[in-house]
Amino acid sequence: MVNTAQIWEWLAEVPDPEIPVISVTELGIVRDVALEGDAVVVTVTPTYSGCPATAAINFEIERALREKGVANVRMQQRLSPPWTTDWLTDAARDKLRAYGIAPPVDGTGATGVVAGRVKRLTGAALIVACPRCGSEHTQKVSQHGSTPCKAAYQCRDCLEPFDYFKCI
Amino acid sequence: MGAVVDLDAALFEGLCRLGDSTLVLGHRVSEWCGQAPVLEEDIALANVALDLIGQTQMWLGLAGEVEGRERTSDTLAYHRDVWDFRNLLLVERPNGDFGHTLMRQFLFDAWHQPMLAGLAQSRDTRVAEIAVKAGKEVAYHLERSADLVIRLGDGSGESHARMQAALDTLWPYTGEMMVPDATDAALAEAGIMPDLNGLRTTWDALVQDVLAEATLTIPESGFMHKGGKQGQHSEHLGHMLATMQFLPRAYPDATW
Repeated sequence: MVNTAQIWEWLAEVPDPEIPVISVTELGIVRDVALEGDAVVVTVTPTYSGCPATAAINFEIERALREKGVANVRMQQRLSPPWTTDWLTDAARDKLRAYGIAPPVDGTGATGVVAGRVKRLTGAALIVACPRCGSEHTQKVSQHGSTPCKAAYQCRDCLEPFDYFKCI
Repeated sequence: MGAVVDLDAALFEGLCRLGDSTLVLGHRVSEWCGQAPVLEEDIALANVALDLIGQTQMWLGLAGEVEGRERTSDTLAYHRDVWDFRNLLLVERPNGDFGHTLMRQFLFDAWHQPMLAGLAQSRDTRVAEIAVKAGKEVAYHLERSADLVIRLGDGSGESHARMQAALDTLWPYTGEMMVPDATDAALAEAGIMPDLNGLRTTWDALVQDVLAEATLTIPESGFMHKGGKQGQHSEHLGHMLATMQFLPRAYPDATW
């Protein structure tokens, strides 16, 4: 009989469909693995509520476990506590950087407290280092990038555009 | 016994108001896909639409669960007609130009964010969990729309004039958000949803702050449209639904 530690190891090999250099466990979205009778129950939390990768992630997890011989897989969604980029492992952050995506700067997520800080909105309080040349001379092009979890940035030294995995 | 049934009915209604507002605004914003003035804004609009549609799935999914008639978020989104929709009138307004779309987004975000903060305190943990999740996304929506309203309002003569025109047109649709009816009051009393009157102070402060920075003038008229929350809509919603609901109505058994 398979144990949960073994399943966690298998899940650590399932890549995120949109950022294939990191796994679903490194992303921090697998919240629980449990055995119920002969069923393996995997609990996943969505990154963003509308993220189209959520369905693909569930599919990939199921497929990976079936390939390992687990016949009965049940996927479950859990909303609370909500996913946060704080759960990205250190190893995942290094892999993101090497892949060309600037990892999140913890504690800089939007708070919704806009009143009173309106004047700072257009300013660049947040420094995101370029994942290619390391320069901190970068600028935000748009708060939204190629996926819901990223913002579009550009390096003003090496001039390369890059994605920033924004803090949430 | 009777009171329990009434509260569930009120909760279903309240959840439809939330889910229909995110659905209709999400669909409206998605109409920009491939047509925005610059690529980055096209992507940003699509991302905001995606968040809103995702939130819709959660709100309407819970609404179906509370109702207990086996309706899913899809059934509620695609198989109801105009008079069953409970969205705010503001969000069904046509997109207009880019500035108009952004002003509508800002006026909604400025309400949506504190509304979700209130819902996060709900006694109903299902409601609170969705609100916490959605709140993190909406905090980003609000920062973006406030930022762009300021940039365009305090921008060129042309962009300023367009933003002022958008504000003048949309302003009469904002009152409805903060005027509670019997359903809102029942939910507030039960500790399930926040008191809408209480949101006004936060909304006023934020909107005045941002619009002043954007050098825009709030219209003096106090006239406000209402009725969206009760299912009385403008002519625009039916046209939108005709497009949005075409496929599942024409091909009811179609699967992805």
